[in-house]
Amino acid sequence: MSTNPNTATPAAKLKIAKYWAASCGGCDISLLEIGPNLLELIKIADVVFWPCAADFKYEDVRNYPDGYIDLCFYNGGIRNSEQEEVARLLRRKSKSLVAYGQCAADGGIPALANLKTVKGIFNASYHDNPSIDNPAGVEPQPVTPSEYGDLEIPRFYPQVLRLKDVVPVDYEIPGCPPQSDRVWEAILALAGGQVPLQNRNVKVACFDKAVCDECKLEKRQVRIKEFKRVHTSIPEPNWCLLEQGYLCVGPATRSGCGALCPQAGMPCEGCYGPAGDVVDQGTAMVSAIASMLDARTEEQAQAMIDQIADPVGTFYRFTLGSSHLKARK
Amino acid sequence: MSEPANTASTDTRPAAGPDWQPRIIGFLCYWCSYTGADMAGTARMKYPPNVDIIRVMCSGRIDPELVTTAFARGADGVLVCGCHIGDCHYITGNHKTMARMPLLKRILLDLGIEPERFRHEWVSAAEGEKFSKLVAEITEQVRRLGPLDWPGLMRTRGVGHGMDLKAWGE
Repeated sequence: MSTNPNTATPAAKLKIAKYWAASCGGCDISLLEIGPNLLELIKIADVVFWPCAADFKYEDVRNYPDGYIDLCFYNGGIRNSEQEEVARLLRRKSKSLVAYGQCAADGGIPALANLKTVKGIFNASYHDNPSIDNPAGVEPQPVTPSEYGDLEIPRFYPQVLRLKDVVPVDYEIPGCPPQSDRVWEAILALAGGQVPLQNRNVKVACFDKAVCDECKLEKRQVRIKEFKRVHTSIPEPNWCLLEQGYLCVGPATRSGCGALCPQAGMPCEGCYGPAGDVVDQGTAMVSAIASMLDARTEEQAQAMIDQIADPVGTFYRFTLGSSHLKARK
Repeated sequence: MSEPANTASTDTRPAAGPDWQPRIIGFLCYWCSYTGADMAGTARMKYPPNVDIIRVMCSGRIDPELVTTAFARGADGVLVCGCHIGDCHYITGNHKTMARMPLLKRILLDLGIEPERFRHEWVSAAEGEKFSKLVAEITEQVRRLGPLDWPGLMRTRGVGHGMDLKAWGE
């Protein structure tokens, strides 16, 4: 008898799928990074759709019955209409849809484009850049007439959306990219039936506490005297980077990575998204930084704040898409 | 260069009607600013009714997230008031505010929210007149800028347009 509620019979294999939308492809690699466990994975699961690794077409997915896929990992944000169409298709065909990686979960790096207009993005991509040679000023058109009929390309959206902005999502795996050990644990939990396939926006493969909780650097309880950047000075080892003045987003960032960056002398960039129940990572970081400044007057505080080069890009680097405001007006 | 043809329209919201009134959220600290607003009331000073006041125990308690939430949920402006530096009932509560709010202001500016929509001022318990003038000022400034309507803006850009869909098995 089956004791695993997530498969039909004990012998039945899980059907998994993976799709790549607006992201860099690092998420596909992070799944491959589970290494020898890939052999374990193919023992318990069949891949039924994974454009990056196997030759499946959208048509194959359309021909599957609804709910055919048990576990679907969707990485990347929604930048154009094709990505939304596939998200809706995979939602219909999947029992469990997992937003895999920071772009699908919180918008990630692509969502920083929300600070620019579509016009500005097109200008930078097709017209005004040293590496561009486009004397005719050609831009991709959504519809191009040809002798075989009208050819269409996906529509470019005005802003990058998260997966859960366009379809209901069961689980989210944060991280840029997600750490493979955590991912493997999550896959085993889902495949083994310890957690149900259906849920709503539950973050897995990470912890609730902040990165600081995992970081071993020493806190000396001093206030920030001035802000520094990694390309202008070298941090003192074994001392909290934030206290030294490097903008480490660890206090506002979810743990699960093992605090790899700060312990190697690189300030946390916040790739696991907001910690705990926090929604808006950037304002959480504003709050944390501002209470650590060594400033006694408003003028001193203002002078220190002026040293921060790019507050939105630093505090919302991976989460602009899930912040309260989400985009530039 | 003309607008790229590949662009979905970004702003299809209807223009504000003549009856539109600015909606401003005011976060006031209990010990000074709220008492100052109270004083403006007891002294029967006249000021516009557009600021919805939320009383908090200290301006140091005003997480910047509260301000962004207010804008994201449809406020046209936000006003943050606390005790003058040195007057904080909790000694250093407003020292945190004095660093948080200017930093938040830079973020709001980068996100395209006009600086006039977000004011951060110190109002003591005796400054009822300053408070009434402040409210009149920010109301007038926001009225001139027109509605912000962030929820409407996000809807026109597609946020949440798949929420009619159901997950498998629902």
